[in-house]
Amino acid sequence: MLVCRNGRGDSLTLEGRVLAPAQRIDELLRITVENGVVARIEPGESSRAVVAPAFVDPHVHLRTPGREDEETIRSGTEAAAAGGYCSVLAMPNTEPVVDSAAVLGALVERARAEALVPTGFMAAISKGQRGEELTEMAELAAAGAAAFTDDGRPVVSSGLLRNALRYGSLTGLRLALHCEDPALSHGGHVHEGEVSAQLGLGGYPGAAESVMVERDLSLAALEGRPVHLMHLSARESVDALDHALERSVPATAEVTPHHLVLTDEAVRSLDPNLKMNPPLRAERDREALRDALRRGAISCIATDHAPHARHEKDVPFEEAPFGVTGLETAFAALYTHLVLPGLLSLETLLERMSAGPSRAFGLDEPRIEVGARANLVQLDLEAEWTVAEDGFRSLSANSWLLGQRLRGRVVRTVADGREVFAA
Amino acid sequence: MSELRPPTPPRRHLLSVTDLTRDDVERLLDTAASLRATLEREVKKLPTLRGRTVVNLFYESSTRTLASFELAAKRLSADTMSLRSSGSSVDKGESLKDTALTLAAYEPDVIVVRHPSIGAPQLVARVTDAHVVNAGDGKHQHPTQAVLDLYTMREALGRLEGLQVAIVGDVLHSRVARSLVQALALVGARSVLVAPPTLLPDGIEGLGCETSTDIGSIADADVVYALRMQSERMSPGEAYVPSLREYTALYGITPDRVRPGQVVMHPGPMNRGVEIDPRVADSEAALVVDQVRSGLVVRMAVLYDVLTVAPVGALAHAGVA
Repeated sequence: MLVCRNGRGDSLTLEGRVLAPAQRIDELLRITVENGVVARIEPGESSRAVVAPAFVDPHVHLRTPGREDEETIRSGTEAAAAGGYCSVLAMPNTEPVVDSAAVLGALVERARAEALVPTGFMAAISKGQRGEELTEMAELAAAGAAAFTDDGRPVVSSGLLRNALRYGSLTGLRLALHCEDPALSHGGHVHEGEVSAQLGLGGYPGAAESVMVERDLSLAALEGRPVHLMHLSARESVDALDHALERSVPATAEVTPHHLVLTDEAVRSLDPNLKMNPPLRAERDREALRDALRRGAISCIATDHAPHARHEKDVPFEEAPFGVTGLETAFAALYTHLVLPGLLSLETLLERMSAGPSRAFGLDEPRIEVGARANLVQLDLEAEWTVAEDGFRSLSANSWLLGQRLRGRVVRTVADGREVFAA
Repeated sequence: MSELRPPTPPRRHLLSVTDLTRDDVERLLDTAASLRATLEREVKKLPTLRGRTVVNLFYESSTRTLASFELAAKRLSADTMSLRSSGSSVDKGESLKDTALTLAAYEPDVIVVRHPSIGAPQLVARVTDAHVVNAGDGKHQHPTQAVLDLYTMREALGRLEGLQVAIVGDVLHSRVARSLVQALALVGARSVLVAPPTLLPDGIEGLGCETSTDIGSIADADVVYALRMQSERMSPGEAYVPSLREYTALYGITPDRVRPGQVVMHPGPMNRGVEIDPRVADSEAALVVDQVRSGLVVRMAVLYDVLTVAPVGALAHAGVA
């Protein structure tokens, strides 16, 4: 269930090169929206803008409840709107953890009052995300959980995960898994490789992720139940995913913009805004992630938007918390670093930011057709801009792109029939 | 900044050996050598840094490094003060940034930082206007130790170019090893890191060294450099070696492993009987005390260097040589 502020649908017109790869649309069109619904689609003339189905982010941290100094439902969904998103899924690793219908119900109520774009809340797989006992999954589903995850932590016990897959089948909701073997990632701050060896930073090898990816896929195969693999970072994880998909194991996967753009070489600067979990990895990992995204084995781009207060990141690299923001920069970062150099087509990028994540979580896919709720993003591919600390709607500015010049900009977002952002 | 002050040169730091060139290293060594001569005099104090302020900010225990930075500043007539994390506002939970900003309010020329976390000197350099010298950050870098080790080797062996150095022990946790192999590569010496596989991270060769798990590979070295087993940086339960006893049997620097003509070094503090046999530590071949002595002149040279843009020739002008 996704919720946002109630309101009447807007009436407006968008015109440009309409690109809806999942629907095989690529033509100059004028889209007329009346009361939030696509009323007419007519031939257009202008090709100045690109209009596409708006984006869906399956992985954001809204830090509510508990850390409203870092992000609120309002600020986080304003950031989402500015990034071209028509819906987001929020993680449950808050304070308290979203592991009961009471906490979830309060969040849903708050989202009805505050959320600018439709927002879904994932609930925890285990109570307190401690990995010991299952949450009351059926009650959480009834209270509106969008999916289940212990994100931020792995489900260490294979037995608990198996029961979550079996019992969770009552709900019809997906399990989204953070894959990390804590015994292998222990003490790690960055990818284990040349950079960690040379800087002396604790290493977190790719295998710490891939051994859990392999386990999770084995359990998904055993139970015949779908799993969604979050923020994949390692080549070995992609290999395991490919192998499972060949055997028709029901699995989907996501990758973040920062893992697609950067490698651990960037960490040599010791900038705390380059510290995230999973860490930036080596060139061969980045290449495997890009390839899997092109092929569709990884079907979702997720920002893992993780706001942190300035004072928490203004510390030595080794002491800094993991996480970077991403909602407001995802499209421009990937357009600049992958599409413009010819590493990824614009069509594939748009598909993986919208239809891909919608399908992975069984959400309504943003579509451009008469009679559908309008969920549209208008993009200016020529616009150049500089990522600046004071330019964010998010309450936090721990972006890995600060000071960078980017091409391509979201100029208008329509979410659930309402214009939620206009540059 | 006060208007009465002469214009300060562009800010220079010593954060990592990675930032140094061969010229930089040789200039530091030469400066240290000319300062060494002045220490032979009866009056050992030089007026060179009169009116300058050097703050030592130490978040980790230290004997040699802190003592030598303090004394180095005093010998150059700088005002100096040392702040340790215990007994300061750090005990009250003050962040490194706030402590650095507090000290910066006194307008120090140099802040010397030692900290258990990688990236701490970079943070101090980011938030203050002082020249920052890294006196050791976690497992990352200890650049002044590397320069003093080169200085010691050059004094003892008369050259650096072509020297073969074997660095033995807990490489994984060693900022000394990381800085030293980089510095050796800069001056044309060759190094090999020797350690058990669990303490020898893959990819460290990229710093410009070879690696080996065989203690026999120290035989060809001119210098055998023993590293301290850093048990304090290992979390409980992290089994890098099954026991210190087995480590010593396989990798300890014992008299039978040291060939005549080789010199032996150790950054201190030594775990006698673990990485180095006491008979070796107390032998003629050991340069451990020379390293401590070098530490003083090298740190004088570093303070002098970061505070002056001009290289070697200016020493004479400053009344040093």
